[in-house]
Amino acid sequence: MIHSLFLINNAGDLFLEKHWKSVISRSVCDYFFEAREKAVEPDNVPPVIRTPHHYLINIYREKIFFVSVIQTEVPPLFVIEFLHRVAETFQDYFGECSESTIKDNVVIVYELLEEMLDNGFPLATESNILKELIRPPTILRSMVNTITGSSNVGETLPTGQLSTIPWRRAGVKYTNNEAYFDVVEEIDAILDKSGTTVFAEIQGVIDACVKLSGMPDLTLSFMNPRLLDDVSFHPCVRYKRWESERVISFVPPDGNFQLMSYHISAQNLVAIPVYVKQNISFFETGSSGRLDITVGPKQTMGKTVEGLVVTVHMPKVVLSANLNATQGTYNYDPVTKILVWDIGKLNPQKLPNLKGSLSLQSGAPKPEENPSLNIDLKIQQLAISGRLGSFISVGCDSLPAGPCDKALLLLTLF
Amino acid sequence: QVAPAAGTRFHQDRAKNHPILLSHTNALNSRSELYSPLCECVCSDVCFLSQVKKLVYVYLVRYAEEQQDLALLSISTFQRGLKDPNQLIRASALRVLSSIRVTIIVPIMMLAIKEAASDMSPYVRKTAAHAIPKLHSLDPEQKDQLIEVIEKLLADKTTLVAGSVVMAFEEVCPDRIDLIHKNYRKLCNLLIDVEEWGQVVIINMLTRYARTQFLNPNINESLLEESSEKAFYASDDEEDEDKKAEAATLAKRKPYVMDPDHRLLLRNTKPLLQSRNAAVVMAVAQLYFHLAPKAEVGIIAKALVRLMRSHSEVQYVVLQNVATMTIKRRGMFEPYLKSFYIRSTDPTQIKILKLEVLTNLANETNISTILREFQTYIKSMDKDFVAASIQAIGRCATNIGEVRDTCLNGLVQLLSNRDELVVAESVVVIKKLLQMQPEQHSDIIKHMAKLIDNIQVPMARASILWLIGEYCEHVPKIAPDVLRNMAKTFTNEEDIVKLQIINLAAKLYLTNSKQTKLLTQYVLNLAKYDQNYDIRDRARFIRQLIVPTDKSGALSKYAKKLFLALKPAPVLQSTFKDRDHFQLGSLSHLLNAKAAGYQELPDWPESAPDPSVRNVEVKDSVCARRTVLTGPEESDSGSGSESASASDESGSGSESEESREETESEDEEEDEEKEKKRKKRLDKTKAKKPAEESAERCTIAPSGSIKMYELLHRITGEGLAVEYCFSRQPFSPDPNMVAVQIQFTNNTNSETKNLHIEEPRLQSGMRIREFTEIGLQPSGESVTVVMGIDFCDSTQAANFQLCTHTRKFFVSIQPPVGELMTPVFLTENDFKKEQGKLMGMNEISEKLMLGEKCVNEHVIVERVTATANLSRVPCGSEKECRFAGKTVSSGCLVLVTVPTKEGGGAQLTVNCEKMLIGTLLVKDIMQALSQ
Repeated sequence: MIHSLFLINNAGDLFLEKHWKSVISRSVCDYFFEAREKAVEPDNVPPVIRTPHHYLINIYREKIFFVSVIQTEVPPLFVIEFLHRVAETFQDYFGECSESTIKDNVVIVYELLEEMLDNGFPLATESNILKELIRPPTILRSMVNTITGSSNVGETLPTGQLSTIPWRRAGVKYTNNEAYFDVVEEIDAILDKSGTTVFAEIQGVIDACVKLSGMPDLTLSFMNPRLLDDVSFHPCVRYKRWESERVISFVPPDGNFQLMSYHISAQNLVAIPVYVKQNISFFETGSSGRLDITVGPKQTMGKTVEGLVVTVHMPKVVLSANLNATQGTYNYDPVTKILVWDIGKLNPQKLPNLKGSLSLQSGAPKPEENPSLNIDLKIQQLAISGRLGSFISVGCDSLPAGPCDKALLLLTLF
Repeated sequence: QVAPAAGTRFHQDRAKNHPILLSHTNALNSRSELYSPLCECVCSDVCFLSQVKKLVYVYLVRYAEEQQDLALLSISTFQRGLKDPNQLIRASALRVLSSIRVTIIVPIMMLAIKEAASDMSPYVRKTAAHAIPKLHSLDPEQKDQLIEVIEKLLADKTTLVAGSVVMAFEEVCPDRIDLIHKNYRKLCNLLIDVEEWGQVVIINMLTRYARTQFLNPNINESLLEESSEKAFYASDDEEDEDKKAEAATLAKRKPYVMDPDHRLLLRNTKPLLQSRNAAVVMAVAQLYFHLAPKAEVGIIAKALVRLMRSHSEVQYVVLQNVATMTIKRRGMFEPYLKSFYIRSTDPTQIKILKLEVLTNLANETNISTILREFQTYIKSMDKDFVAASIQAIGRCATNIGEVRDTCLNGLVQLLSNRDELVVAESVVVIKKLLQMQPEQHSDIIKHMAKLIDNIQVPMARASILWLIGEYCEHVPKIAPDVLRNMAKTFTNEEDIVKLQIINLAAKLYLTNSKQTKLLTQYVLNLAKYDQNYDIRDRARFIRQLIVPTDKSGALSKYAKKLFLALKPAPVLQSTFKDRDHFQLGSLSHLLNAKAAGYQELPDWPESAPDPSVRNVEVKDSVCARRTVLTGPEESDSGSGSESASASDESGSGSESEESREETESEDEEEDEEKEKKRKKRLDKTKAKKPAEESAERCTIAPSGSIKMYELLHRITGEGLAVEYCFSRQPFSPDPNMVAVQIQFTNNTNSETKNLHIEEPRLQSGMRIREFTEIGLQPSGESVTVVMGIDFCDSTQAANFQLCTHTRKFFVSIQPPVGELMTPVFLTENDFKKEQGKLMGMNEISEKLMLGEKCVNEHVIVERVTATANLSRVPCGSEKECRFAGKTVSSGCLVLVTVPTKEGGGAQLTVNCEKMLIGTLLVKDIMQALSQ
């Protein structure tokens, strides 16, 4: 299984290594550097690299390469999925998963890696167990630690590891019993030049934050589960019950977790909430071009569109952009050739517009194709799939007799 | 220096040294100075889960190999930890101990693993499973012993252990598929509750297992396919006859019935397609792809498409697998065509894989949409991707005849593209397409000939030259002119272009020597002095071949045939073709090469191996009763007109009912007819049954006091039931053996022949004396034989195979401790004397409360003698019972004393030289008396 792990930053420095079996020399990473060089973009490094004696499986996340060394046959997804789990655990522990946070918390990182794998096979990957074994750092604790010289290793025995529901620790107590569910939906759409939808799909996740005492057993049911085309669950969800009754029944982990993700088939037409009028043209002579982009609301059902960002990948010959935005700010990076226009909130009365001229490399032929636009936006309090959201109901099969007599369930949608 | 300082300060202030320590772990150099104080620290650390330990352990394990002696210092601490009452500490100690890679401690590790494998706590057993591969990699010679441990752990019923032990199985003995049989159903049922990582390993293993044990569910379909394919091409009568014959065999072939265990696996893995873990989803998907009937494979498509929204690395792996699947089962992914559309933000490697999938999915109905999509891709800024798109168009054009002309036109338009790369790639693709039907496209060839002045990419130039050369007859006017131009620039061309110029020259010389003779000479002369030896060789070779000289060899006659032979059009096929002989989802599949430790996915067997190996002995009475019911029916079905194979089938059907009890049966409709038949048969046999049953009763208990044990259940034995008892008679051929009386009952309706024993697997020292072979046993009769086993005074089981003329059964006899002795007659005085010799260590004494029914001496004697083969020693007092005996094998005396007290209390004393026997005997007698 997984033999060793190397963490490499974007500049190609190896800043952390960990071995679970015998030690493998760093020089094995040379093959990785070679591939990295060849790929130009970090995204294009092949996830599996073959070397004479080993196989390197790597992921790229938050500007860090997690490179693992494999010696024998193992499903590549197994390793990839695990590496992502490692990155997620770091994020969970340190707030973000970056080179500097890993370096700052190197002790905890080593402790975590030691617990997560045993002889290359995953041992404890549930955040609840890990947190019992190794407490996450807080400012207060790190101060106390430096003064008293104690560490973050938990004093208690990790009893969670023994239980059949390893994701929940025993003896949880809250004065207020609360559970929050967030439904986040995304549309992923490809539009063609004229604005017609080539392909669109809705993808949603239900994030939960459950703060309930004891061992609660919850159910979540949808009014119209047929809408859900394809679902995937956190391991706490009972598959059998979903198969037979279409009810999500689970003993939740403590704290934040992603309960499920779902997909809504694109058969029913997805309404794209904004429209974009764009006009980018390059002149035959004079090595310059013109750009004019306007964004307007389409079907927003009375909600405001927020976090609107337009990204344009410019052709290589575009040297600089001299533009004027009626709203928000724009930024053109001449190295990566990416133009980012951060609009923010969309005001339907005064449509945001970005207009101006582009200057091109002199002498170079004009780019023959117009660049594609990426548009990101957020709408609060609206489920694109429409009918799903308002029909979620939460039930409790067993709630603990907590300190408060009436268990209060707060349901916040979106 | 930090290191020595850290060492000295360590004991006073351990915790503060953590960061220092770790920085050293981080640095590659081993710090031997630090190591010794650290090991001391481990030793002094009484509390196992203290703060320091984890980091010390990390360090200890990391450098144990280099500092072996020092590492050994800490071993005793871990050994102590293995005995700790807290399970977490036991597990933790085993984990660290097994991670220390020092060969000297192999025996200690082995012992620790064996002990932990039978620990009460499943968590410790899980750790033991983890330790197995560690020890195996340290010392492969321990394999046999480790396999025993694996076998034991495989039988474990907890979800915690299942994943880890299968992982150990895969690493140590992946070929011992026989260990899985008995645990197969349990693993299937547990699967859903096992943790994610374990699920992946188990599913992959079960895929392999199922391939060896079940029949191909698509067997009939693939046969149909073949014949229909043949029919498609068939035109003459001969083949028609062939087809008829085939259809006949098809009809003769018995309809495929899926093994219920096969169905169980498919059913229990299906919900896992909903897992959040991509590895689990992929594992299930490959299981379905490799094992499921064609009609059911479709369900995995949706889940795989879902994975496409995950991280790009996941996408990469999934797309590789989808690409392979689409070649074999295109229909499966067709509804999800649009999910494979390319986004401008995808990394290039993902784009190229998606293109591959789209190309594989293309067919007559969707080709227009796909081509429209491709047209947009060609305008992308990512040049590698554009090149791949053009190739994809080429492949679509070759595969689908209807769109060939459209594609060709599109590609020709691309020739006027401003980007040279695009043009070059199109030229290469067009060349391949033209080869298919050159006659109709001479204008395209002309067009391309004009391009040669503008295109600089060598591959494209070479392609154009080849085309002109190959089809010079279609462009007789242009070709010599092109050669003239090329001859001018010959020296500046790339090597591959030069080779094609020579080729062109040669071909023109052969077809049109009048115009090109001088040009060819010129080109060949230039090539003769080229720097590249390959080109020089080629020039020399061609000159000899085409230019007629006096000495020209025999070959020059055939030059025209050689150069202008009709060349077959290239087949543009996916690089993913035939990759499915690797297990999907595996590393080997991804690399398209065998990775170390890859286990081949076996082909389906021709005929199904015996399904009864997966039967687990059912012990509770409910099931036993059911088997009584099904038993006669089974034997009856054989007597009917059905063939022998049919009776086999019905047998397996009735067994499966047991296993399917918990899960709902799906094939009920199918079974209904069978059920009816069964009922009829039952009615018929009703009259017979009572008689049979009563006969059975008396055979089960021939005498009241002697207990019968089951050796082979009637179901597993396929009608042959075997029971045994310890007759307590001296075994005359060898007095050191325990006599075992074995009774065979033949419940089938056919004769059983040649009953005998084979391949005894015994612990060292144990011996076995087989009974003489039973030549023939008529149906419905019982035969009793006696065999002798020397158990060496241990309660270890004797394993052997029981063979009939058709089948072999693995069986084992484990003696209760009381049967390992024979009675000895002693007087009271002798008894006291012997007892005096066996004092101290050899005496085991326990207090007990007598059970309610042990009211008098008589009952006590009865109970004790029933438990152990002892004789009573006469005794003066009524309040005391004494028994004596000796062990069969070594003849050690066993003395038992039971003095009773008022109020039901008693004291049990056993004196025996063999302490193990004594302890076990005390336990057994205590149990017998306190009931």
